[in-house]
Amino acid sequence: MITLYHYLILGGFLFCIGLYGALAKRSAVAVLMGIELMLNAVNINLLAFNRFLNPGEVSGHVFAIFVIVVAAAEVAVGLALIINIYRDRMTTQLDDFDWLKW
Amino acid sequence: MTSTIIFWLIAIIIMGSALMVVLLRNIVHSALFMVVTFVGVSGLYVMLQADFLAAVQLLVYAGAIAILLVFGVMLTVRGDIKYSNLFNRHKLTAAVVSLGLFLLIEKIILSSDLIISNKPALESTVGPIADAMLTDYVIPFEAAAVLLLVAMVGAILLARGEGKPQ
Repeated sequence: MITLYHYLILGGFLFCIGLYGALAKRSAVAVLMGIELMLNAVNINLLAFNRFLNPGEVSGHVFAIFVIVVAAAEVAVGLALIINIYRDRMTTQLDDFDWLKW
Repeated sequence: MTSTIIFWLIAIIIMGSALMVVLLRNIVHSALFMVVTFVGVSGLYVMLQADFLAAVQLLVYAGAIAILLVFGVMLTVRGDIKYSNLFNRHKLTAAVVSLGLFLLIEKIILSSDLIISNKPALESTVGPIADAMLTDYVIPFEAAAVLLLVAMVGAILLARGEGKPQ
């Protein structure tokens, strides 16, 4: 029998993998991928809570839709920033983005 | 039981491909495994009886966002593609932090007692979502619409570059 806890732990695992990707990767695009994984983990949690704690309503679904909207906006702006920086610096490695220190 | 087997199958696919996203060295392979992860998560939504969200997940994540990321890779990668997705020097610290966070989350989840409701899930969620979006959540809905518009205009402006009239 699959309970709420299975879904929550799966979501937690996915979140931690995404966090690892966001923290430990050199490429800015890979960091964006890690953030997408984290947002997906949050969505799994929202829908699992909705299904098991309050299945007669859809508030969890609505929250998940807003998370997806924000994720789409974030990845579009993030990639535009990366492309713009790439044009200036010819690199997407985060260690090279060091305008503010010298 | 069938649903248990399907859950574990989907869970293994999600966890394995998410690990591949992080661990592979070729960023294009990472992007492809990310599509697998998104499709797996969509299957999980089907198991949670969130039919609309499963379709949205496939369209927006596996369709749009993954393609956008592949575009980003195509437009920016230089040098050898085989080593385009390496770890930085915080690899070990990040592993310890993530593992610690996972253990903490797991401990908190397992020690919490949640009141499971036995009501049956909704037959179809599309209608109720539309009702909720246009009544209780109408202001967040409009704010999200404006946010998407602003983000898209901003992304176009940023990606086009400045100072070049076109």
